[in-house]
Amino acid sequence: MRREPPQRPADYGPLLFPAGMLTLFFVVPFATMIAVSFFQREQGGFYTPAFVFDNYARFLSLFFGRVLAFSLFLAVAVAVACVVIGVPFTYLLSRSKRNIQIVWLVALLSILSLSEVMIGFAWSTLFSRTAGLTNLFVWLGLMEQAQALTPSFGAVMTAMTYQALPYTVLVLYPALVRLDPTLTEAARTLGASPIKAFFTVVVPALRNTILATLIMVFIFALGCYLLPQLLGRPQHWTLSVLITDQAIYQSNMPFAAAMAVFLVLVSLALVGLALYTGRQKEAK
Amino acid sequence: MIALRRLFLTAVALFLALPLIVVAGVSVNQRQSLAFPPQGFSLSWYGQIFTNPEWRNALIASLTLAAFSALLALAIALPLAWFLWRRIAPWANIFQLLGIAPFTLPPVITALGLLTFWATTGFYGQSWTAVISHGIFFVTLPLVTLSLGFSAIDRSLVEAAATMGADDKTVFRTVVLPLILPYLVSGYAFAFVLSLNEYIVAYMTVGFTMETLPIKIFNALRYGYTPTMASVTVLFLGVAAIVFGLVARFGDLPKLLGAMSEDR
Repeated sequence: MRREPPQRPADYGPLLFPAGMLTLFFVVPFATMIAVSFFQREQGGFYTPAFVFDNYARFLSLFFGRVLAFSLFLAVAVAVACVVIGVPFTYLLSRSKRNIQIVWLVALLSILSLSEVMIGFAWSTLFSRTAGLTNLFVWLGLMEQAQALTPSFGAVMTAMTYQALPYTVLVLYPALVRLDPTLTEAARTLGASPIKAFFTVVVPALRNTILATLIMVFIFALGCYLLPQLLGRPQHWTLSVLITDQAIYQSNMPFAAAMAVFLVLVSLALVGLALYTGRQKEAK
Repeated sequence: MIALRRLFLTAVALFLALPLIVVAGVSVNQRQSLAFPPQGFSLSWYGQIFTNPEWRNALIASLTLAAFSALLALAIALPLAWFLWRRIAPWANIFQLLGIAPFTLPPVITALGLLTFWATTGFYGQSWTAVISHGIFFVTLPLVTLSLGFSAIDRSLVEAAATMGADDKTVFRTVVLPLILPYLVSGYAFAFVLSLNEYIVAYMTVGFTMETLPIKIFNALRYGYTPTMASVTVLFLGVAAIVFGLVARFGDLPKLLGAMSEDR
């Protein structure tokens, strides 16, 4: 049974349910959100259909600019940290025995699926005064007295790196497994140390993969919503937090929708860039 | 060199395990405190999940939501993946793109889109809206595993069945289904586990009328800590590890995650 174009209308039958569901519950909500972003906000949390740019104009405030700049900065920092740890780690993982690989993959998947709420809770415990890391430092004699490490930028950054690292590894994994092992063998035979071979052979060969991964992790980190709220101060809030805050607590749906549309545009541009850099790799 | 390699892997393992070790320690505290190392030993906080009506209801809500939404995701993904494999219809790829989009974009976007949609249609807060919302949000996972499963089918097998006179339905039931079953199961498993843990979409759609476990934990974080939160976290981690362990046991996990099996 070869692949063939649909001949009779009945051949489209199987497509009916998936296409209908995706259109009704993804495309239509998406369009609703875009429409609402142009609506006029009324007092008391209501909004009326209109076509105004007020909600977008609010972006031009200093406050919004600061939040946006911080969100982008945080996402870049997390992406870089994850790739710096993730590339050598995934490389070593892809070169280890199959059984060991599987144990790691199961562990990484389990952590990746762990709710953001639970990760936030776990780190807030680890950074707390009563149950935290500092108790260990006191016990080791490195510190006088246990103290709380949250809320702080470091706490937000650490927890977000923790959340995004398994994702980074799983994005890198297929490319690194497929990497031709003879490449490094050749470098080793020619006298390069394993570390030198890694930096001069593996990293350049994966340049586009690494770039695409950076962008993917950046988008992942951009969507992070609970950790800045649980572990940071209000100045550590990201765009995602602000959107929820406006939608749920300030009842300003049009403004929340406008910010979400803006976030979509930023993400889409970046996904496009990631796909493009991925393509480049194949072209070579 | 081997020492350095081991050191690095151990450091990463420690980083990943540390918060979980502390949470596991907190979960066995005797008294209601978040002390670590734990004071005394008690499993009563695990019992709480099932005996305390609030936690039990949240657990039941989460399990029900995950079971149904993963089923819905599968019901959307299976015919779509089959169609894309069986037919040449380039424009139909747009639906594959739509299936992958919710998972690629920041989740708050899908959440807000669904919130405005349910609010506009007047169904906001009904518990079935969460099932649809999660079903759409997680359709990516079975879609990706199934596409992989279909692409692994040797077309000559299907050809042989068709030559012997089997129609589409018979071929699907007797040849295709058995071959993609592992991918079907793992797609369901991925969607199930992630739905169990999902917070923001559930919160934005039914957060004020229904409490899933992640929502319950978030509320508990705000209004007073209890070791039950730790025991739930350990329980969920255990469930995820068992599910993915089973997927690895009965399927090819490295291949499922994109590594070609020929390479090893």
